[in-house]
Amino acid sequence: MQAGVQIERNGVRVLQSSPISFQEKLGTAELRSLSVETLQVNVGKLCNQACKHCHVDASPTRTEIMPREVVDACLKVVREFDIPTLDITGGAPELIPDFRYFVTEARASGRHVIVRHNLTVMHETGQEDLPEFFAENRVEIVSSLPYFNAAKTDSQRGTGVFDKSIDALKRLNDVGFGVENGLTLNLVYNPVGAFLPPDQASIEADFKRELIARYGISFNNLFTITNMPIARFLDWLRRSGNETHYMAKLVNAFNPATIEGLMCRNLISVDWTGRLSDCDFNQMLGIPLANALPQTIYDFDLEKLAARRIVTADHCFGCTAGAGSSCGGAVSV
Amino acid sequence: MHYYNEEDLSRFGDIAKYKPELFEKFMAWYGACQEEGELTKREKALIGLAVAVTVQCPYCIDAFTNSCLENGSNMEQMTEAMHLASAIRGGASLIHGIQSHNAHDKVSM
Repeated sequence: MQAGVQIERNGVRVLQSSPISFQEKLGTAELRSLSVETLQVNVGKLCNQACKHCHVDASPTRTEIMPREVVDACLKVVREFDIPTLDITGGAPELIPDFRYFVTEARASGRHVIVRHNLTVMHETGQEDLPEFFAENRVEIVSSLPYFNAAKTDSQRGTGVFDKSIDALKRLNDVGFGVENGLTLNLVYNPVGAFLPPDQASIEADFKRELIARYGISFNNLFTITNMPIARFLDWLRRSGNETHYMAKLVNAFNPATIEGLMCRNLISVDWTGRLSDCDFNQMLGIPLANALPQTIYDFDLEKLAARRIVTADHCFGCTAGAGSSCGGAVSV
Repeated sequence: MHYYNEEDLSRFGDIAKYKPELFEKFMAWYGACQEEGELTKREKALIGLAVAVTVQCPYCIDAFTNSCLENGSNMEQMTEAMHLASAIRGGASLIHGIQSHNAHDKVSM
């Protein structure tokens, strides 16, 4: 069994004060994937926002975006290996030149397409028709909205983001997302600070009640996601003196019942250059797949990847704390 | 040295050192009180915060602030709970003013 990878930020080890490593917590168990149901493609770090908690370090000044050649390689893989779901994330994925090509080609191949859409990008020049594009292609939209008021949302995602997000949600409702018998619009809640998310069903009920009462907005599901102690959120934890406390909270809240539903067990992550990782977080930390496995989208081999050993590090406590956390929300209710 | 150290909150278990059986009973009771029951965990966390402010325990205030946030309360709701507890505490003082009125009336013509 390989020991967990140690990770650093600005030369300082993450979880340096943890009493136990993630691998020690797992004991002799080896985390393995079950299948590859989803190809999660991070098309780059370019974004119109620069959120305080972003694990991608995305911003308007980033230049890393996926070229057409890698987009085509991803399309070839989902077709050839019949991977049912393509999950497109970023950055703001809509900002890469080949985004619409990627979506339409994947849909033409019968894939279920999820777009992690930040809501505000539809206010950018040339992106005004995104709601109609999403509707025509019947994608599933997953959008972050940390709270149903401006103060909390803007403190995490930037001044004015809440108002733009509300406007975007209304436009998505207007074209049929998040309404009864309509297309799927899911929201994501993540804590605005160094604490764990509340019970998913409970906070979803709050969001549904408040968004419909205040703005007439409806949506399908709310996913609660734990802030991952890496990248920009880790910088904030350190600046605010919360790192040790937050790490201890994650470790103390370790819940073995979350292991079975961890997202890394059913997906594989691709970066903008085509490199493969066990999840988007490992990708951001530069943690490759285990040795001897295919390392890029160009040498993808489902047989080798479907039941692979997953590489863990201490940030994995972020996905196993409390009710657990994944791109689809809590994993253990 | 401070009389209150933030780190001591995580050392609460050390109080079991000389009487573990009593602390074990306390923790079972303390934990059970916070489980979901006729009241939700969120409601119980708000009650806990209100009481914590009232008894002015910095450890409890820290713990129940986090508990409220992790059970989905926002600062507006938490502040309402703290106001109510404080108002009851103020009212509890003020109603004793009636005793002063009574004492006054007894000795006055």
